Amino acid sequence: MNNMAEHQHAHVEHPDMYDPESSKIGMWLFIFTELLLFGGLFIVYSVYRYMNPDAFHLAAEELNTFIGAFNTVILLVSSMTIAMSTTALQKGHKKVAIALVVITFIIGIGFLVNKYFEWGIKFSHGIWPGSEQMLNEMSQGEILFFGLYFVMTGLHALHIIVGLIIMGFAIKGVANGKVNAKRPSLLDNCGLYWHLVDLIWIFLFPLFYLIH
Amino acid sequence: MHTTNAVNGANYLTYQGKYKGLLGWIFSTDHKRIGLLYLYSIATMFATGVLLGLAMKFELLAPGKTIMDAQTYNATFTVHGVIMIFMVVVPGLPAVFGNLMLPIMIGAKDVAFPKLNLLSWWLYVTGVVLVLCALLFGSGTPDTGWTFYAPYSFKSGTNLLPAIFGAFVLGFSSILTGLNFLVTIHRLRCPGMKWSKLPLFVWTLYGTAWIQLLATPVVGITLVLVALERVFGVGIFDPALGGDPVLYQHLFWIYSHPAVYIMILPAMGAISEIIPTFSQKHIFGYKAIIASTMAIAFVGYLVWGHHMFTAGMSGTAQYYFSLLTFIVAIPSAIKVFNWISTMYKGSINIQTPFYWAVSFIFVFMVGGLSGLVLGALATDIYVHDTAFVVAHFHYIVFGGTGFAFFAAMHYWFPKIFGRMYDKAWANIGWLVFFIGFLALYSPMFYLGMMGMPRRYYDYLEEFHGGNILSTLGSWVLVTGFIIIVVNLVRSARKGAPAEVNPWHSKTLEWTVPSPPPVLNFDKEPVLGEKDGPYNYE
Amino acid sequence: MSEDKHHHIVPYRLYVIVLVALLVLTFASIGITSIELGEFTVAAALLFAVVKSVLVLTYFMHLKYDKPYIKLMVAFVFAIFVVVIVITFLDYLYRV
Repeated sequence: MNNMAEHQHAHVEHPDMYDPESSKIGMWLFIFTELLLFGGLFIVYSVYRYMNPDAFHLAAEELNTFIGAFNTVILLVSSMTIAMSTTALQKGHKKVAIALVVITFIIGIGFLVNKYFEWGIKFSHGIWPGSEQMLNEMSQGEILFFGLYFVMTGLHALHIIVGLIIMGFAIKGVANGKVNAKRPSLLDNCGLYWHLVDLIWIFLFPLFYLIH
Repeated sequence: MHTTNAVNGANYLTYQGKYKGLLGWIFSTDHKRIGLLYLYSIATMFATGVLLGLAMKFELLAPGKTIMDAQTYNATFTVHGVIMIFMVVVPGLPAVFGNLMLPIMIGAKDVAFPKLNLLSWWLYVTGVVLVLCALLFGSGTPDTGWTFYAPYSFKSGTNLLPAIFGAFVLGFSSILTGLNFLVTIHRLRCPGMKWSKLPLFVWTLYGTAWIQLLATPVVGITLVLVALERVFGVGIFDPALGGDPVLYQHLFWIYSHPAVYIMILPAMGAISEIIPTFSQKHIFGYKAIIASTMAIAFVGYLVWGHHMFTAGMSGTAQYYFSLLTFIVAIPSAIKVFNWISTMYKGSINIQTPFYWAVSFIFVFMVGGLSGLVLGALATDIYVHDTAFVVAHFHYIVFGGTGFAFFAAMHYWFPKIFGRMYDKAWANIGWLVFFIGFLALYSPMFYLGMMGMPRRYYDYLEEFHGGNILSTLGSWVLVTGFIIIVVNLVRSARKGAPAEVNPWHSKTLEWTVPSPPPVLNFDKEPVLGEKDGPYNYE
Repeated sequence: MSEDKHHHIVPYRLYVIVLVALLVLTFASIGITSIELGEFTVAAALLFAVVKSVLVLTYFMHLKYDKPYIKLMVAFVFAIFVVVIVITFLDYLYRV
């Protein structure tokens, strides 16, 4: 009897409810919350930009358009590679799929390295939230601009890191066969998440680097 | 054994899985066990909040210092607010009765993501612990009010960071519950369970889940900004650095006003189940109730500014917010009309849940109509930040959500525990509670009209009479609460075994044994053409 | 789309085309914002960003091949965000 219960237990506590469409909607709903999380910041940005147009204009000059554009390009490429990996998985090309996710992963690291140097340069100029330089020499609008710059790109970078972690799981899953053409949800959702990161950057880039 | 299946022989309360005892509960992914975990944790937090409220009322028994000084009073109402809003009424009905009943009502075995569901509860507990840390450790209990208004929230010397972080984690828990329910309702309905046959409680959970999903992240990021402001001095809401504190209020209420609808929509859903059951009659205007639910969810998302009429918004924005506030009252009124029309010519079976439901309609209407006084620009300037506001939102949040919670508790109790409570004591508890409620909050309408401000530990002599009545009311209310809890706890252990369908209800959860088996159904239910949640004829 | 919705395989070539379009739009937006357009700089930059995001949503995120209700949800979320921004600006645009 006890044995029987043990046996049944597996079915009871973890019924196999794999449903690709449920996973997909679940991921989309999560993406909605992420969009509104950044949405709150975009509201803040647009209000302060409206209140301090000249200062934002001036402050944006400080940012290096080249680094921003470079990061945009590599992020777009990485979005393509991870999208391709789902195609590869569906075609049954396991190694190609893994290679494509790994490429995406490396590009993601590259993005963070760029970001590190970009922030580093700002820090070496004495620009960081609450720094003496900012408080003494900048106008209020510029302080707001850089405050938002650090918060928004920082939060975005945090999402890149989370994306990389999910990719790690996806690579592991594809490698050991748990993620395959019939059960692709983990890789699909990993891709969706990475595209979200891309999507947010598509708006961050012009709002911080191009409007001058 | 009367069933062929060994697992279905045991119900979800007695069933033993991989873990024994307490571990079998706190690591269970069974939606019903998670629902009960929420019930116990929320009940604990509610009792804590009630004690704080009782302390505040005791302070206001007489002018001047009675039992606490100003700083302690400020901390008390802050913690009372944080606990009651973020830990009790926001998760309240969805997390408890949604978890317990939603999958059974749509004929599913569980929610779509059972492990995520368990994670939600753990996040809830984490959030609670974080807030309690803010309370007990560090440089003093937060004193900003539950709204954490800028710029005081980053100037106050009290231990705010854990409280803010705790609220953030609680929000995340709420988001995951909403996400889970949305996917469950979309994907796990049993054959024949069309959208037009969903019980109304499920429909309201659907609307609620959307608000949880779309509004909570906004307050999440806002709280993050306040935390960054405190730690790094970023300057986003600090007027000294060019920030706009009113923008904080916008962002805060973009969440916190819809949060009111997170609280009240499932309450309306539970009432929409109870009224037809005890009237033994098809719900009047099924589609109108669904439409008004979705209208409340949608319009309720766009009226946040009516909390800020005195904050210095532009006139245009004030007119707009006032107008929409009046519009959002219409779908609520439609619901009240539908409930009353359902009772009309029904064969009413007066039981405890029905008493709660009818008193819900009464207090909800008083709360709603007093909301219009606050939604009108001119009168709001007069009563803003007075006891009138406190009375209004306690009528809605406590009277609305709280009464519906007790209604739902007495309605589903036999299903949840498989035992019936003592009906006489349940009715006495309701009566005492109801009288206490009226005595506690009604004088506040009057006091607010006379000009007594909220959030002060002291008041002028002329307000003494009303405050005495209010404090006495709080004692009566707590007496009623104790009667109810003792009766329910006692009955859960020793009550008479309950039938499968004691109220002769038509929804699916009343077709399974009380308490339900582990997998809810022996075999997946199928709804025929003529089946429906309210087909009493 | 195809009858077999769950297994719709997007060819690699299509992804390459979309990437090229995205890159072109990126450089175009850098180009156009370097011209002094005054008030319209923001509008131009945002317009390009919107077109790019629609491409990402449609092809990279597979919305083109998803069921209508998912498309509807996505559209709804973006719409409600725009409405929230507009309402917030009812305050800031008309402040005295």
